[in-house]
Amino acid sequence: MTVPTLAALSAGLKTRQYSSVELTLAALARVERSQPQLNALVTVTAESALAAAAAADQRIAAGTAGPLTGVPMIHKDIFCTAGVLTTCGSRMLSNFVSPYDAHIVTLLADAGMVMVGKANMDEFAMGSSNETSYFGPVSNPWDTTRVPGGSSGGSAAAVAARLAPLATASDTGGSIRQPAALCGVTGIKPTYGRVSRYGMIAFASSLDQAGVITVSAEDAAMTLQAMAGFDRRDSTSIDAPVPDYVAELQQPLAGLRIGILKEFFGEGLSAAIEGPVREALATWQRLGATVREVSLPSLPLSVPTYYVVAPAEASSNLARFDGVRFGHRCDKPRDLVDLYKRSRAEGFGAEVKRRIMTGTYVLSAGYYDAYYLKAQRVRSLISDDFRRAFTEVDLLLGPTTPTTAFGLGDKTSDPITMYLNDIYTIGANMAGLPAMSLPCGFADGLPVGVQLIGPHFAEGRLLAAAHAYQRETDWHLRAPPAFGADFAGEA
Amino acid sequence: MSLSSKQIEGIAHLARLELDAAEIPRYVDSLSSILGLVSELERVNTDGIAPMAHPLEGQVQRLRADAVSSPNLRQLLQANAPQVDAGLYVVPKVIE
Repeated sequence: MTVPTLAALSAGLKTRQYSSVELTLAALARVERSQPQLNALVTVTAESALAAAAAADQRIAAGTAGPLTGVPMIHKDIFCTAGVLTTCGSRMLSNFVSPYDAHIVTLLADAGMVMVGKANMDEFAMGSSNETSYFGPVSNPWDTTRVPGGSSGGSAAAVAARLAPLATASDTGGSIRQPAALCGVTGIKPTYGRVSRYGMIAFASSLDQAGVITVSAEDAAMTLQAMAGFDRRDSTSIDAPVPDYVAELQQPLAGLRIGILKEFFGEGLSAAIEGPVREALATWQRLGATVREVSLPSLPLSVPTYYVVAPAEASSNLARFDGVRFGHRCDKPRDLVDLYKRSRAEGFGAEVKRRIMTGTYVLSAGYYDAYYLKAQRVRSLISDDFRRAFTEVDLLLGPTTPTTAFGLGDKTSDPITMYLNDIYTIGANMAGLPAMSLPCGFADGLPVGVQLIGPHFAEGRLLAAAHAYQRETDWHLRAPPAFGADFAGEA
Repeated sequence: MSLSSKQIEGIAHLARLELDAAEIPRYVDSLSSILGLVSELERVNTDGIAPMAHPLEGQVQRLRADAVSSPNLRQLLQANAPQVDAGLYVVPKVIE
């Protein structure tokens, strides 16, 4: 056994090659060893993990285990975990012990998964490099002088370094797909509303969606199967049946119509990325897909639209952090306004404050129509472009990122430079579409990701296309040399 | 699009964020450049285009019955509060 996919670990547990307690101890040991170099986790939950693992072993012995039972995993620290510190990467919540579990935390715990810790992330999921975290940056396991991407940088780095076979994540403008691409792992952002956001700390409510980062598309299908579905506690949760994603992996690829996103192959795309992405496209063609170029003329407007809509919604969502009911409070407030202002100024980092300020401005009296309403109209144009494209093709393909992982500190001085890292991922959020990034090669030793975008609720089709590709290639099985030791072999 | 220091102070007040005087020029620069990026939208013709508030067509905000759905968790919830007294959240005196 070489690579610890979820599917392989699940099979190993079933055949008693190892116990969940053994796997969990191995995961905890790897986490501990990696932490000084990667800083991928904010909190390690060794004690509760070992109790959950022991319970999982009992389920396995009793024959009541499911495919996820006993497998160690990591939750992004944006998901509330009862009785466990839930920081969202912020000083504001650095003392917040959640009183309840997020819906997906409950679902994965019920499935028997073992949470070994909480993943580091950009503060309030605002960032593309994991450098805005109050708990320090995360390093890319392929080159620890480089960023892992963000905002789910801890999740992506943890899976890349094989600390656990999967980590949950969230995606508002690319926060699952961009770090997955930069760390050489598989990430899926489902359709808006497909996975409950109950207990996922809100950033931009019309864009946020929960998903997962895994080694393979098959693992993503197995996990999404347990995460997806209606939850009345999330008012935007979609009440539609969840297909059998694992069964849908076997969908034949013959006749699949793939559209190449013309706008994603222009100026700004590094040749080092374009080569592997075009090779991936050729692989899908060999597997029976037909390919044509598709133009979405409004798609390049996604970034400016996003930087109105997302800050506007963030400024509203983050108004709840007032130093009164939970979170950071300043010392010796003079009066109530001073309490609000200093608690928030001390509790939030620079990027979060920048977005709150931007959002406050675009929503303020006299500017609402010119900015927020205008951006919502442009969002309609972007969404219409996708709708038209999906009358002609089944999936859209392009690069996930314009470049490979950049150096820590390289893009922190100018917010616009940082924002442009999400130029290819934001569109799917604008239209609420499911999208994936999967590893498709390397450039100068750094991973490259290819992105697939599907119509609403076409997660099964995305996963099947990704799975077919991953049966032909082994990019997703490559682990960073410094961290790629046999995870299961240590158990 | 360039914002003035006075505008930055006004925005910070609306957002209830204390700003150091030294921070103001940084916000003038960064917010102005963000608004510069966003200004691309002005050139787009959106006549007759409806604003999109929800990414899925035809979805409406679901309502629930106004009924008790959770036990009283006051103690648990207030465990995270910076200051409570007799089950109440404590803030500086508001009414003189």
